[in-house]
Amino acid sequence: MSTRNLELEVMRYDPEKDEAPYFQKYTVPCPEEWVILDALNYVRDELDTTLAFRWSCHMMVCGSCGMMVNGEPSLTCKTFIRDLPDKVRIEPLENFPIERDLIVVFDDVIQKLHKVQPYIMRKDAPPEDKEFTQTPAQLMKFKQLTMCINCMCCYAACPQYGLDNNFIGPAALALAHRYNLDNRDQGKSERLDILADYDGVWECSFVGACSEVCPKHVDPAAALQQMKVDGAVEYWKQKLGMTGEKK
Amino acid sequence: MSRRPYVRPISKTTWFMRNGRYKIYVLRELTSFLVAFYSFYTICALAILASGSVEKWDSFITAQQCTGWAIFHAVALLYFLFFQTFPWFKLAPKAMPVQVGDKKLPDSYIIVGHYVAWIFISVFILWLAGAL
Repeated sequence: MSTRNLELEVMRYDPEKDEAPYFQKYTVPCPEEWVILDALNYVRDELDTTLAFRWSCHMMVCGSCGMMVNGEPSLTCKTFIRDLPDKVRIEPLENFPIERDLIVVFDDVIQKLHKVQPYIMRKDAPPEDKEFTQTPAQLMKFKQLTMCINCMCCYAACPQYGLDNNFIGPAALALAHRYNLDNRDQGKSERLDILADYDGVWECSFVGACSEVCPKHVDPAAALQQMKVDGAVEYWKQKLGMTGEKK
Repeated sequence: MSRRPYVRPISKTTWFMRNGRYKIYVLRELTSFLVAFYSFYTICALAILASGSVEKWDSFITAQQCTGWAIFHAVALLYFLFFQTFPWFKLAPKAMPVQVGDKKLPDSYIIVGHYVAWIFISVFILWLAGAL
């Protein structure tokens, strides 16, 4: 098993001591099959027990270990050492306040996830004695969007969110689109009031970075463009009185 | 233990220098200046045409044939192609995915469809203008 020394430059910030974050260097002997998360665990176990970072599953399911690796928002559990140069800079996800070291505050996005009403809304009563039916074709319309693990890498990549965090942002809007596309849902027009508002889809200028960094290939940028089309169609339908919905 | 989250400052003017992806995006957005210029240019040309003066129109057309204008038009065309047309067609399947049954139509079909439509419409306009 070959190992090589990786020079990790890790952003540190202790709210009780530091005025601002700074970088600390660690040299980690890494087997080639390690991922960045392994190297961080090595630092915490062997070199510096004060280093704080989030992780849980180590298998791209929990979405906890998102960080900036050499400036790119990444899940550190899928970022292999063998694909990286000898010097690696690790920072907390951009566009979020730093709680401590590599841990960021997600409160803002959690609120936004709630705001878009990400659940099935019905106008008719749901079927009483049987389940909702859904064909494979109906599922296929939104299945890709259900893959999101809320790692928030898309928010770290989105310059629009960085410049104005009133923007609802990629993951929350993609989640809303997932419910809009669900054949069991009847809440599309209700959601539209939020999604087509000033802080909704039209704030997106299609940089496309969210989709490029998404570790689960959810493609939020595509969802947002589809929502713009939907929003425009719905707007004209309402203008032309082609729907009984409120404006 | 007190919470004191640190907010990293983001420059409102140089944020796009952080990575190549943002730089390309800004180059794409800068085409808006060319779009504005071309709109102005077309309005001017239409105004000359609408004045009904053959002399003015001829001198306008002659002026377009100088090297400076030719270079400008060539550069503008390439800029539009590489930062608007090609990226737009490449992204089209994202905005308008087509699902047939429970399978998604491959992106390449939608992209090729756009190119075919583009060529067809261009040929039609050239034919309409009497250039073919």
